[in-house]
Amino acid sequence: MHPAPSIILFTVLSGLGFGLLFWLGLGFPPVTGFSAFAFFTIAYLLAIGGLISSTFHLGNPQRALKAFTQWQTSWLSREAWLSVFALTFMGLYAIGAVFFATRIAPLGWIGSALALATVYATSMIYGQLKTVPRWNHPTTPALFLLLSVSGGALLAGQVTYAIGLLALSGVLQAVVWYLGDQRFAERGTTMETATGLGNIGQVTAFEPPHTGTNYLLKEMVHVVGRKHSRKLRIISLALMVVLPVLLLLLPFSHALAAVAVLSHLAGVLASRWLFFAEAEHVVGLYYGIR
Amino acid sequence: MTQLPTHTEKKLGLVIDLDTCVGCHACVVSCKGWNTENYGAPLSDQDPYGADPTGTFLNRVHSYEVQPDQGVAQLIHFPKSCLHCDDAPCVTVCPTGASYKRVEDGIVLVNESDCIGCGLCAWACPYGAREMDADQGVMKKCTLCVDRIYNENLPEEDRQPACVRTCPSNARHFGDLADSESDVSKLVAERGGIDLMPEQGTKPVNKYLPPRPKDTWDQIDILAPLLDPVAEEPKGFLGWLDKTLEKL
Repeated sequence: MHPAPSIILFTVLSGLGFGLLFWLGLGFPPVTGFSAFAFFTIAYLLAIGGLISSTFHLGNPQRALKAFTQWQTSWLSREAWLSVFALTFMGLYAIGAVFFATRIAPLGWIGSALALATVYATSMIYGQLKTVPRWNHPTTPALFLLLSVSGGALLAGQVTYAIGLLALSGVLQAVVWYLGDQRFAERGTTMETATGLGNIGQVTAFEPPHTGTNYLLKEMVHVVGRKHSRKLRIISLALMVVLPVLLLLLPFSHALAAVAVLSHLAGVLASRWLFFAEAEHVVGLYYGIR
Repeated sequence: MTQLPTHTEKKLGLVIDLDTCVGCHACVVSCKGWNTENYGAPLSDQDPYGADPTGTFLNRVHSYEVQPDQGVAQLIHFPKSCLHCDDAPCVTVCPTGASYKRVEDGIVLVNESDCIGCGLCAWACPYGAREMDADQGVMKKCTLCVDRIYNENLPEEDRQPACVRTCPSNARHFGDLADSESDVSKLVAERGGIDLMPEQGTKPVNKYLPPRPKDTWDQIDILAPLLDPVAEEPKGFLGWLDKTLEKL
């Protein structure tokens, strides 16, 4: 799949933002007044910035509001609703905390649950697609949620939780890569099932339908950039998990924590880039490419 | 509405005969010709006369080489367009309701004035049947020539999809696959029509007729068994020449 920068930024930034909102809603840290203002501003900038960036890949963004209509079947539509609900509940909770030094706990709990639900809906946009076997698995939402909560803990300064969650997401990330590498073969979709010609013999692509490229190849048969995927996996794990955990284990300082956050962000961006670049869509089989 | 209908009155679709398709791409051209000037946004081309041309097509013809365990390879031309699936995954993922499957005839269509161009339906389709138009930013797909098949301004013989009407080898057939007595349904039953990627669970309406078995080579000369066997050991001058050359 084509790793579009707008979608990578959207999923990573909004994931971090909603992750931070999750912790704030639960009262970790139990901030009020100016520090609450600072925390909520960061969370909202990340969450809304991500959502705005997601509209950059639309062909007709002026009609984006129509995406709220099909929540009964579409995860993209559900994500739109859940993000609005989450931001509304957390907004009311934030107003209490910032301006009235009162944390209305039930509002925060609902907001936290909605923040997680939003991340889940985002992940299901990808996890629902049977056409991309690497994504079509419960580990896809699991990793999105765990990374969101880990990054949120890091931003919320929850050092103990962050260390444990980051380590856990490192393990899950490794499992996701290991299982994902085998899933296309496991699902059994081949050039033979794609063309229905398998009972005659082995099928190879003789001539493509067009001499140049097309939308399908550009969007779904993105094979460039996989060459360094092994190295990128190591870099991603190092930046996303190993370095932040080491920095958190050192005596706390704001500078080190900031480096940990930036390192984690870079690592998650690399991981998300691989999430798209390594994903193989079954339509490639019609072209004899994965 | 992106909820799929539980039942469609008809299942209009195509039956494509992989045995008779000669790979001429006439269906591709007639499809583009009709659909660029009728339903919805035109099918744009980018850099059409330049070094790197691309464009939107609703129908494309692949060619495959199939190598049986024994004998020579076969070349099979393979036209591919929307299969108007019963369980169309492209419809349910649509966030705006632009994609829908019609209850009356099962045709899957895009309402372009509702399409935001997110591309998720193209991701959900295993067959590559949907292409985003680079000029208009809306999703384009085969309409089964919905503006021809019911069009009373056209002569009756033209009220079928452009690809079917134009096919010079009769490799494309159009009809109601829900009606077991229709010509297309009989054709599918007779020739053992198949679904593409059945494991994806999309229940495509369009069917493909597999190539008929090819002749084998061993009976190519019916007089061969009646002829005297050719001497395997050369005699006379050639025999001497053969032995002499062997010794050198």
